[in-house]
Amino acid sequence: MHRDSKTFLPLSRRHLLKTAGGAAAVLASPAVLRPGFAQSGTIKLGAPIHRTGIGASYGRWYERTAMAAVKVANEMGGINGRQIELIVEDDGTDPKRGTEVIEKFASQYKVDAVFGHLFSNVVAAAAPRAGELKLPYFICSEASLLGAGKLNRYTFQPGITDVRAQVTSMAPWIGDTLGKKVTMIYPDYNFGHDHRDFFTAAIKAQGGEVVGKIAVPPTETSFTRYFPQIPPSTEVIYHVMVGPAVLTFVKELGDYLGSKRPEIFGFIDSLEGVDFATPQLGFLEGSYFWEAYPRYAQVNQSEFDKFFREKVGVDANGASVKDGKDISTYSHMFSIWETLFVIKQAMELANYKGEAQKKDLVVAMESISTIAESREHPQGAKLFNGKTHQVFGSQNISKVEGGKLKVVHRTSIEDGLYDTDADYTKLAL
Amino acid sequence: MALGPYLFLATLEGLVQAAVLCITAAGLSLVFGVMRVVNVAHGEFVMLGAVIAWFAASLVTGHPAIGFAVALVISPVIVGAIAFAGERLILKRLDYNPEATIVATIGLLYILQQTVLIVYGPDARPVDPPFYYTIRFPWFGYSSYKLFVIAAAIVIMGAIWFVLQKTRAGLIMRAAQFDRETAQAFGIPVDRVSAVVFAAGAGLAALAGVLVVPIQQAHYLMGADPLLLSFIVVIIGGLGSMSGTVVAAILIGLSDGILSVMFSPTLAKMVSTLLVALVLVFRPNGLFGKAER
Repeated sequence: MHRDSKTFLPLSRRHLLKTAGGAAAVLASPAVLRPGFAQSGTIKLGAPIHRTGIGASYGRWYERTAMAAVKVANEMGGINGRQIELIVEDDGTDPKRGTEVIEKFASQYKVDAVFGHLFSNVVAAAAPRAGELKLPYFICSEASLLGAGKLNRYTFQPGITDVRAQVTSMAPWIGDTLGKKVTMIYPDYNFGHDHRDFFTAAIKAQGGEVVGKIAVPPTETSFTRYFPQIPPSTEVIYHVMVGPAVLTFVKELGDYLGSKRPEIFGFIDSLEGVDFATPQLGFLEGSYFWEAYPRYAQVNQSEFDKFFREKVGVDANGASVKDGKDISTYSHMFSIWETLFVIKQAMELANYKGEAQKKDLVVAMESISTIAESREHPQGAKLFNGKTHQVFGSQNISKVEGGKLKVVHRTSIEDGLYDTDADYTKLAL
Repeated sequence: MALGPYLFLATLEGLVQAAVLCITAAGLSLVFGVMRVVNVAHGEFVMLGAVIAWFAASLVTGHPAIGFAVALVISPVIVGAIAFAGERLILKRLDYNPEATIVATIGLLYILQQTVLIVYGPDARPVDPPFYYTIRFPWFGYSSYKLFVIAAAIVIMGAIWFVLQKTRAGLIMRAAQFDRETAQAFGIPVDRVSAVVFAAGAGLAALAGVLVVPIQQAHYLMGADPLLLSFIVVIIGGLGSMSGTVVAAILIGLSDGILSVMFSPTLAKMVSTLLVALVLVFRPNGLFGKAER
């Protein structure tokens, strides 16, 4: 939510036409001009961003984070002496458009790699096309598609842990601390299904069970009607919602449950981009959230986190430094920052100079294993699995205290490791 | 939860939906009845109403109720003015040709949606309800604002009935609806009536948008659902029939509410779509519609 003095709803036809016409010109220009004016001797990276559609609140911050990361990397001297040129395209959080954008990056902009795709339904559609085009494609989506062996040699997820590892690492804490009878509320598509399947297995391993599974269509706007499906035996409500209606979801959950609520464990996805200070969210006090990366600066804040916040323009509460009401998607957007620096690392390993070396880039990526906590990787140390193309990191469980999130538990990287048969290095380049 | 409270919650949810639907569909039905124009951009007027409510709420400081009251007044007026302009500039020049106006209103839909995307942005933004109080039933809690929406809808529908049946303006509208040419022969400025009706229909949609935004948040894509449901309601109720619209809205709202609570929201959508198909097959003019003369 931001108040911009420039954004008045146009009242007159002329004003409306001017606004629309001006915007059309602005929107059209990069597509028209950029391919012609692309500088030679740069590393070109394409970023498909959810500027519009249901992923827009994430997209806005992913774009800001990607721009900040590119700026920092260019100040460090670029990649192999070449400056990085970032090309952003909107994909409308739409699988079809997402795939078209990949094609545009490959054929029109001729980028060296693509990074930053988030929503898993878009990734599931776009990744096969990137593989066919032999275009290195770096996703920031958490989806467990890679570990399941469903993607290809050109697709990597080096910036954020996938859902399977996240829930596997946290299930023991949930079962021990909160309760063993869990009702899950999740969006009814790939990302939500990952949560359902992997958490069900993980809590079973702890001697618990999932007593209720409530799938909600991703475009739903009203939620009260789903809540009667929560069984009375529920000890823990596990929620993970995305999209423009997340705030409505949490408000209606609060209305419905009142004070006699079971324990609540939510993925921060249900409140990314939403201000915790909203009065109707008071019922969340004392509930728990997963965070990949703590939104509120903790007492033991690292110097790397300070650096990251400063460069992206986020304050200690996870809001924009320019507008305290503009809340970031802090727990996810670090992934696009870290992904850029992994690309940089791999390109430097391969002594990458241009698009003829895309295969070398893939091989170099597969050789990376440990990633240290640093300015480039402020969320923490990670382990990259070259065979599955998936990275593993630590997860945080935070408690809502005084309207802020305080980390109460941090998992180790090993807690989330899992076995899989996927091995992309065996596929042809 | 036992069956009783279960059904109670379902009925409440259904009534809230019926309330919003009633107002939205009434606008659509009015426009079709008088002008014979199928307004595909109707859902976008709901969205505009909600977005203007957000602007009002963020520009007016103080208690949320003040911003909400301001929105209730200015939102229908602004949206009505936009619709009035659209009618004069587009629909009138197409001579209200049924096919052409459908295409034209589709165009209008995109223009409105994309303009809001440019000006307002892609985010869903919340608007505080004018009051916030949760009613605690023994089995579950329920937002009192939602009950207010039901009450407001009853008042608004009463007002529409009063205007149509008891005032001179209503008489003129009904005359224009009944027989355009004869009304013109009797000196009714049918052309101007059309513009006013189109604006009024859009104003009603905007009013529904203002009422729904504290429950739903304002978002540039929020117009699709109300449009679809309004069409369903208007087809079942009979195009142009106000009483049919009210009955159909309550029918669809309640069946949707109860089916989605007791079974699944997807089933509820299937049932309402099935109802439309059945009505179209067996009563092509809707439950309350009169045959085309």
